[in-house]
Amino acid sequence: MSYAASAAESGSPAAAGGGGEPLMEVRDLVKHFPLTSGIIFQRKIGAVQAVDGISFDVMRGETLGLVGESGCGKSTTARLLLRLMEPTSGSIRFEGQEIATASGGRLKRLRQDMQMIFQDPYSSLNPRKTVGTIISEPFAIQGLHTAEGERKKTVQELMDLVGLNPEHYNRYPHEFSGGQRQRIGVARALALKPKIIIADEPVSALDVSIQAQILNLLRDLQREFGLTLVFIAHDLSVVRHMCDRVAVMYLGRIVEVASSDQLYAHPRMPYTGALMSAVPVADPRLAAGKKRQTLAGDVPSPTNPPQACRFHTRCWKAQEICQTDDPPLEVKEGGNVAACHFPLTDAEVAERVPTARAQHRQG
Amino acid sequence: MSLLEITDLKVHFETDDGLVRAVDGISYTVDRGQTLGIVGESGSGKSVSSLTVMGLSRSRNAHISGSIKFDGKELLSASDDDLREIRGDDIAMIFQDPLSSLHPFYKVGAQIVEAIQTHRDVSKSQARDRAVEMLGLVGIPEPRKRADAYPHEFSGGMRQRAMIAMALANDPKLLIADEPTTALDVTVQAQILELIERLQSEFDTAVVVITHDLGVVAEMADEIAVMYAGRIVEHADTDTIFAAPEHPYTWGLLSSIPRLDSPRDEELVPIAGRPPSLINLPGGCSFHPRCPYVKPAHMTTDPLLEPVPDTPRHRVACLLNADTRKQLWRELREGTAPVDARARVMKDVAAEGSAVQAAGDTGSTLTQASGEGRPAAATEEAGT
Repeated sequence: MSYAASAAESGSPAAAGGGGEPLMEVRDLVKHFPLTSGIIFQRKIGAVQAVDGISFDVMRGETLGLVGESGCGKSTTARLLLRLMEPTSGSIRFEGQEIATASGGRLKRLRQDMQMIFQDPYSSLNPRKTVGTIISEPFAIQGLHTAEGERKKTVQELMDLVGLNPEHYNRYPHEFSGGQRQRIGVARALALKPKIIIADEPVSALDVSIQAQILNLLRDLQREFGLTLVFIAHDLSVVRHMCDRVAVMYLGRIVEVASSDQLYAHPRMPYTGALMSAVPVADPRLAAGKKRQTLAGDVPSPTNPPQACRFHTRCWKAQEICQTDDPPLEVKEGGNVAACHFPLTDAEVAERVPTARAQHRQG
Repeated sequence: MSLLEITDLKVHFETDDGLVRAVDGISYTVDRGQTLGIVGESGSGKSVSSLTVMGLSRSRNAHISGSIKFDGKELLSASDDDLREIRGDDIAMIFQDPLSSLHPFYKVGAQIVEAIQTHRDVSKSQARDRAVEMLGLVGIPEPRKRADAYPHEFSGGMRQRAMIAMALANDPKLLIADEPTTALDVTVQAQILELIERLQSEFDTAVVVITHDLGVVAEMADEIAVMYAGRIVEHADTDTIFAAPEHPYTWGLLSSIPRLDSPRDEELVPIAGRPPSLINLPGGCSFHPRCPYVKPAHMTTDPLLEPVPDTPRHRVACLLNADTRKQLWRELREGTAPVDARARVMKDVAAEGSAVQAAGDTGSTLTQASGEGRPAAATEEAGT
């Protein structure tokens, strides 16, 4: 079992912010997409190692953020958690029940408790169905609220809850703006009163002023219903605002997990440091004093990831050991759980990461 | 004389639904070596205004008026042939989506060579040397070899760098970057921003960067123009926009983004409603249906972009008086909710009880947001 998990169970700072009890436990989860060649006789010539052995816990009532560059496997992870995809190997336990091998009726029951909000509010709603039908679809699938009029009433309550006008029950998605469509997506996800919602880039398609409306809505709903959220986004300031804990992914692996405040102020893994340093800060004074740490080059291909520490090809602190020994995920100074042989010191962080300095200034 | 001088530019499009006022009278100037950031939400006219500088919004249904002077030459009345001379030579543009702006059939090097040979009387091998030099300059490894690659063989960040190489190949005097990093990861974004800054300081290029990301302009721009519904509503140097903004829309933008340098549990204050349709603009100040500080007069009077007293370089289009604005911003910066700030600062008009104020009174985002998409309806509901 990895340190990420044990640290979380022991209630160390890395697990801070959760309700103490894990709702979802992920162990050594792997998803490889095979690459084949040939048309009739398909041979397997390799695999895209989209997710390659990740372990983490999602605590009841917390918001866990997943961040990383495109192609690092965050969306694949989201889909695996809901079993929208078959994992290659590994285990996902939801309230102690194994999801990875569940099927049929048992999976259908489990899915009542797990819902997803998708990124694109334009393509995730069926244009030929009315909003009422879209939001009541989960009821139809699960066979709930079958009585005449009851389903409509429930749907209208949901619409009211997410800030849509219940009178618009019979309208079609194209009659709504982007922000309102995303509210429809939220209402649909809430319909079955799930225990966990996985939101994959829920606000990246929206304008800033609308984005804030949706973020506030998610936060209010979470407080009201004690929801657990897994929040995936590439905008690091949004993730910090929303999440109690954040897991950083790189090339199919989790490289660092820490509480939000700790991660943004004291990243340990140089990759996290580079991400934090790259975020543009909407404050010219902070921005001016920053020594931007830019990463050279691009993310290596997940078909043939680098040996040992996968980040060593782009890491400014890398030494020989990084190319030969895979660093384990372990607790570092300050309570972050990170996979690194040469974690960043506070002095190195302060120089590069404007948020670290901002917090310092406040303190 | 400024390199680029835009005066009272209007771009209107005739459509079946009515006249779209995409750009409705904007003026700004950009000097050599200077960076102007234009920020605004989608549909605020920021892209159309810059496409018009390049002569790319000309079409049968477009009505363009005003003046665009580049290096003293009027561009709006220039012929298509004259514009073609300037485009890609003196003025270059970087587009948002690097995948759709490179031709998939031609090698990256060949596309840059074409851009050079169109404007310079050089041999093919000279042009190719220049293309390879530019690719190297923007940080493409093994540029001589990669010049023979097709766009699909490049990653997103490399394509964007190739676009920049092409745009800068002819040493343009003005570079227009329309959301240059929106499609990219933060790490690649940082590389690209650094590259543009470095090249700018080397060649003294003027840059107009168009974006919705306040973080990007905070890092890049010397001056910022905030656009709303086809107009510039505030224009000042970058420090002023962030430290002492005067327009309620700018306040709204600043308080709707989560900031890395503020405490984590700070509530975001979204702007109620959504941007108006450019066909049926609300009367008076176009921001009034979403403005928490609206007075009845604002619904009929159209504000002009005027200098803020004592700081002539800072211009704002707002009907509130300058002292009120300063007090409001002071309250907001201390975390006061817009409704309370209004009640405290605008005592004289609080009694008039504007609709927006009432809508904001509930304080909850859930209720506030129900006005989204139908600000007018929100007004009615609150009134009853």
